[in-house]
Amino acid sequence: MIVFQKPKALTDAPFHYCPGCTHGIIHRLVAEVIDELGIEGKTIGIAPVGCSVMAYDYFNCDMIEAAHGRAPAVATGVKRANPENIVFTYQGDGDLASIGMAETVHSAARNENITVIFINNAIYGMTGGQMAPTSLPGQVTQTSPYGRDVKACGYPIRVCEMLSELEGPEYLERVTVNSVANVRKAKKAIKKAFQNQIDGKGFSLIEVISSCPTNWGMTPQAALKWIDEKMIPYYPLGVYKDRSAKKEEEAK
Amino acid sequence: MSEKVLMKGNEAIAEAAIVAGCRHYFGYPITPQTEIAAYMAKKMPKIGGTFLQAESEIAAINMVYGVSSAGLRVMTSSSSPGVSLKGEGLSYLAGADLPALIVNVQRGGPGLGGIQPSQSDYFQATRGGGHGDYHMIVLAPSSVQEMAELTVKGFELADQYRMTAMILADGTMGQMMEPVALDDLKVAPMPAKPWATTGTGMKRPHNIVNSLFLKPEELEKTNFERYERYAKIQATEARAEEYRMEDAEIAVAAFGIAARVSKNAVDEARKMGIKAGLIRPITLWPFPNEVFRKAAGHVKAMISVELSMGQMIEDVRLASECRVPVTLCNRAGGMIPTPEQVLEAIVAAAKGGC
Amino acid sequence: MKTTQFLFSGFGGQGILFAGKFLAYKGLIEGKQVSWLPSYGPEMRGGTASCSVIVSDEAVGSPIVSKPDVLIAMNLPSLDRFEGAVAPGGIIFADSTLIERKVTRTDVKAIYVPATKLASDNGFPTLANMILLGKILSELGEFNDAGVEAALAKVISAKHADMKEINLKALRLGAGQ
Repeated sequence: MIVFQKPKALTDAPFHYCPGCTHGIIHRLVAEVIDELGIEGKTIGIAPVGCSVMAYDYFNCDMIEAAHGRAPAVATGVKRANPENIVFTYQGDGDLASIGMAETVHSAARNENITVIFINNAIYGMTGGQMAPTSLPGQVTQTSPYGRDVKACGYPIRVCEMLSELEGPEYLERVTVNSVANVRKAKKAIKKAFQNQIDGKGFSLIEVISSCPTNWGMTPQAALKWIDEKMIPYYPLGVYKDRSAKKEEEAK
Repeated sequence: MSEKVLMKGNEAIAEAAIVAGCRHYFGYPITPQTEIAAYMAKKMPKIGGTFLQAESEIAAINMVYGVSSAGLRVMTSSSSPGVSLKGEGLSYLAGADLPALIVNVQRGGPGLGGIQPSQSDYFQATRGGGHGDYHMIVLAPSSVQEMAELTVKGFELADQYRMTAMILADGTMGQMMEPVALDDLKVAPMPAKPWATTGTGMKRPHNIVNSLFLKPEELEKTNFERYERYAKIQATEARAEEYRMEDAEIAVAAFGIAARVSKNAVDEARKMGIKAGLIRPITLWPFPNEVFRKAAGHVKAMISVELSMGQMIEDVRLASECRVPVTLCNRAGGMIPTPEQVLEAIVAAAKGGC
Repeated sequence: MKTTQFLFSGFGGQGILFAGKFLAYKGLIEGKQVSWLPSYGPEMRGGTASCSVIVSDEAVGSPIVSKPDVLIAMNLPSLDRFEGAVAPGGIIFADSTLIERKVTRTDVKAIYVPATKLASDNGFPTLANMILLGKILSELGEFNDAGVEAALAKVISAKHADMKEINLKALRLGAGQ
């Protein structure tokens, strides 16, 4: 009896992520979905610049490392070149919502038939904990040492809500992975985002509220609690757009 | 010989790219190259290709990165300010050893500059264009026919050496019409690309397209290996046209539109009894050093004619090993030297008045 | 060995670029080396547009015409701007409907055609350019039906084939002036 095994879509390379980081969980969920859908052989993953920059070492499918923020543009090229490939990007908040915002918005507006996994942990992790476009008001980071002052730095961006105003995208959902129940929901969402692509439905983005114990300066447990107490009130979980479901509803 | 048609240089590039098997084009509107995008927008949907007007030059070059990773021929085009934006992508393409064709139909700068022809992106093109140690193959067409031929050549060289090739043209070359015979274009078959990310098919280990090497000794190795390839290119791919150089005492160096103007001046100088000749680099990187080195053995002086404040002149001096005086004859900011201006420079050089 | 450098100039919308293209195509069809270079930029509609055409027995060097053998001025600003540039012994064709003054230079030949008036009088108000072209070709001894018709076939797309006849009419009208 097999109780537990590593998804086939993950390589044997050990993750370099910090203890308590949720990247590992999300990598695993993506890999499980790839296994379950039987698409590893035709999947191309696009890694970002940020903590998950070396995701290309962890997934067994073909991988491309993109410039900072440009993964959706690279994914657009790959998908247009070979539409039969399943193409996903895996991006953090600095990558997707700051330097790469234009690429994010426009690939969504074009309803590019790709899957975007968006890790929102409200901080730049790889460079050592600077303020992100999603850092919360008052959040202390290396570049907001007195707490994010919204008068000077503006307000954090709610990506799902913003993109939901666009006509283009097919599916937008925000999930988190701070409990077993939430991990299960997150996997369901990720699977739907890949299935949508297989079905030719278009742009699906899953925002995963994540933790960064190292740069938040917390224990892993405290960080998971902080997600519930601070992150989710600002970034409510849920489906922000599901065009196919809406169409079905309207048909009824 | 096939039938010749009148075509704008920009359109000749676009059609030649299609002939070369390019089915993916990404661009952003900017004068004076927009005809390329317009041509692609018209043609690509009819031949099962992709034309996509990207949200920015940055997005366009990264879409190019994606298609190239997938192993297909792909191009983008722009003009000077837009090419600066592409600089990031050019560096990443180099770092990941990806082939692609980039077209720069130059206009005057710096900054937003103007829209009239220029050659002031010579440094940017021949020194790579972005950060890091790398080169692009840089081709400088001087006729509409050559716009087409060098486009095909650019795709071939890019694939052969797994690097970007750039067509460095200018507003005049892009906008002018001349007879062109496209049926004569020969395209070599595309080499196999076993490195491409097209899906493992569960039949091979995964391919990774990447330019990140955190261990300096590994990154250094990739740089040295790339430069070994560059050395081979420098030894075999440098090209130049020599015009009336056999007995020349004054050598004019010019590329693109400047070479066209200079040819007229060389002919006029010959009529006056001055032994002038023209060296027209066709490849700007690799620079045809050998041609200049040889010429330095028999000419008295060289003149670099440029639509810039003097950029190629540095390569002319290096290649001629400072054995003869090299002067600059130039206009900038969108202005073009006249044959009379070049002739004056030739006369001055002949008198030794450099 | 003969090289003729033409400079067409006028308002955007007068068919300056089209006239140049016609002339270049006619040269190409007759086995000449040709080049066509437009001014480009925001003056495409309404401002001053110009176009350099070179027709030669040998390879064309610079495509930029700075000393035209033939200047075609379709408005006053064009004559003001380029009259001085015309090569000695050259010819200036001026649309005398829109240009009231005469050519002042004495070392060039001046030919005046009320092209705009002729065009509107004859029911093709947009074809002053072709009337001038007809006159140029006849003046240079280059008007022949076969060449003119073949060039028209090149510059008028199949979609606008009905325009061919009227263009031919305008060319002939100009040639007869």
